[in-house]
Amino acid sequence: MQLAAYQRLPPVGEYNLYRRRMLPLPGMAKRVAYFVTCIADTVFPEIGEAAFEVLARAGVTPEFPLGQTCCGQPAFNAGFTDEARQVAEHFVEVFAGYEAIVTPSGSCASMVKHYYPALFRGHPRQADALHIAARTYELTEYLVDVLGVRDLGVALPRPTRAAIHDACHGYRGLGIARQPRLLLSHVRNLTLVEMVGHDQCCGFGGLFAIKMSAISGAMLRDKLAAIQDADCDLVITGDASCMMHINGGLSRAGSPKRVVHIAQVLAGALK
Amino acid sequence: MKAESFEKIVDHALADRQLQVALDRGTTRGVNARLLAMSETTDAQALRHQARLARERALNQLPELLEQLERNIIANGGHVLWARDAAELNQHVLTICRQHNVRRVVKGKSMVTEETALNHALEQEGIDVVESDLGEYIIQLAGETPSHIVFPMLHKTKEATAQLLHDKLGMPLTDQPEAMTRFVRGVMRQKYLQADLGISGVNFAIAETGTIATVENEGNNRLSISAPPVHVAVMGLEKVIATWEDYAVLVQLLARSATGQRMTVYNNLISGPRRPDEPDGPEAFYLIILDNGRSRILASEYAESLACIRCGACLNACPVYQNIGGHAYGWVYPGPIGSIITPLLRGPLTAPKLPYASSLCGACQAACPVEINIPDMLLKLRRDLVQAGDPSLGWRLGMKGWAVAFKSPMLYRLGGRIAGWLTRVLARGKGHLRWLPPPFNGWTAHRDFPAFGTPSFRERYLRRFKGQPHDSKKP
Ligand code: SF4
Repeated sequence: MQLAAYQRLPPVGEYNLYRRRMLPLPGMAKRVAYFVTCIADTVFPEIGEAAFEVLARAGVTPEFPLGQTCCGQPAFNAGFTDEARQVAEHFVEVFAGYEAIVTPSGSCASMVKHYYPALFRGHPRQADALHIAARTYELTEYLVDVLGVRDLGVALPRPTRAAIHDACHGYRGLGIARQPRLLLSHVRNLTLVEMVGHDQCCGFGGLFAIKMSAISGAMLRDKLAAIQDADCDLVITGDASCMMHINGGLSRAGSPKRVVHIAQVLAGALK
Repeated sequence: MKAESFEKIVDHALADRQLQVALDRGTTRGVNARLLAMSETTDAQALRHQARLARERALNQLPELLEQLERNIIANGGHVLWARDAAELNQHVLTICRQHNVRRVVKGKSMVTEETALNHALEQEGIDVVESDLGEYIIQLAGETPSHIVFPMLHKTKEATAQLLHDKLGMPLTDQPEAMTRFVRGVMRQKYLQADLGISGVNFAIAETGTIATVENEGNNRLSISAPPVHVAVMGLEKVIATWEDYAVLVQLLARSATGQRMTVYNNLISGPRRPDEPDGPEAFYLIILDNGRSRILASEYAESLACIRCGACLNACPVYQNIGGHAYGWVYPGPIGSIITPLLRGPLTAPKLPYASSLCGACQAACPVEINIPDMLLKLRRDLVQAGDPSLGWRLGMKGWAVAFKSPMLYRLGGRIAGWLTRVLARGKGHLRWLPPPFNGWTAHRDFPAFGTPSFRERYLRRFKGQPHDSKKP
């Protein structure tokens, strides 16, 4: 296993041994990769842009590996492990060797961190997969815990009361709760209010929203009611998929409230 | 699973106003009580971890502990019977009934006897069974089944319950739960005194002394196992724990997680029949230990599910359970843990929808006092279903196609462009779509779908950062 991994090392220069062992080379720029996620690439490119912008503001302009697609979660969550692994293999191919992989989604980050190790057990690329799993970060987690960022110096265009919707996989899977609140507490013109059921699932769940449409719809109604009751103008969340789901419900219900991605707030991209 | 499809049952549940009110009240109360009770502990996380270890310790040496339990119970003067499956357990109970000429049975709360449908088996032999747990008794009166493993009548509002008691037993109408309890207790207590045999479940079986522990708040269970001359306790074989020390940890977590109490009002500990120097208690004590698929689960990658202490916290916390209630799960064990153990105990294809009836939000795992990773097991059950060929051909082909497209950057980009263009055309400038073709109409049944943004992030990146360093690997 070990030997095989060693033999497959690409030529020095493309990336080197030190990085594979997670040791930063002194005096060398960090190689940080940006994983935009399929949804923030194609459906909400403005979120992809905002998160990239935030990282640049924090002093880390990441590389954007152009061959990237998806982490494989849609198939994995549906039980199609083989199909998920094929896409994950591609992910590993693209992201192997980076010191950090940052993504604006707790859900995709948790897929890589929690499920790649088992998905690649005994696989020729197991070592790379483990490295990637250990080095993948959700955006706010990376900003706060790795870079030590607190204040990004942004302001909202007008005084706004905002509630946080804690997206499930980031919140319970990665323990992300403190980081977004800390970053948002430094945004000028923004007052954070707590929402009842802030950590309650919106009912998205990937294919769940389609296969179990009625249950998912009922969960969404609960979430919409909580948002309606909350004393806020805006809801902020860390996952574009939950945002898409809740906004789809708000728009269907004719509500004026909207959910935005935290990267949009932190990039000062809100109008 | 049964004649009516899961989707139909769900639709009925969602449209049932009485049920929705009862679910809202019951699960909210359950969640809040647990959170409050757990927050009082000095270190809830450490306590949960300790409980988890106690359960793991037990499962890791289950055969030895069960034998130790058996030895000690026999030494205490009790009998131990083993049941491979539901039928054998019921047969054991019937044999005991025959031996002791039993006509009337009083039964405390026990999920295992629900699993084996013991009431039915007894009634077929002409034996009268009455439930001693208040909730179970009311459910029995209504001719229903429990919808929650701790609060069997969580699906009923107190108003509906009052009406039922009024109709069946002539109770004066009231909306005071205390008054109802008092009334029913008066009816029930008579029955214990007449019973020839008492049946109870088991919350924990402590191997080191051969003691079974049950928890309750009404005292009915205590009466029903000590007043009749014969006591039969039934347990799934995973209920055994090693030591009293483990019991001390688990019993307080059970109370805090199940009802939000620091301690249940009654904690019954039974180590055998009445001893010669004791004034009361049953003359004969039997413990029946049920396998019914559990040893198979223990040997599988789902062994963790046997750590469950049946506190019901995951049910209350689950947004799916909160909306559809327990009966929709189709069998004895509802909620997140039910979605796992039902297919495991009865075979994966008996309940192919349950593993999918979850958004994988993880609220169950966060609530569970023994930290059972329910979402991961749901994922594994889905994988098993796929391997068993359960999903339709359409889904299987769709996933295959998805994988082909998403592992090729070129196809991924092409697909993204086509999908983006389609959504924008269908949205007709409104920014979102109100209708999607099957199978995606499940989405638009309840929410709008956004038109894709354009151009993609990748294109924006290339425009803005041309010439700057980006990945050298060719896409
Ligand atoms: S799985 Fe955990 S939370 Fe659910 S009933 Fe069992 S012990 Fe309680």
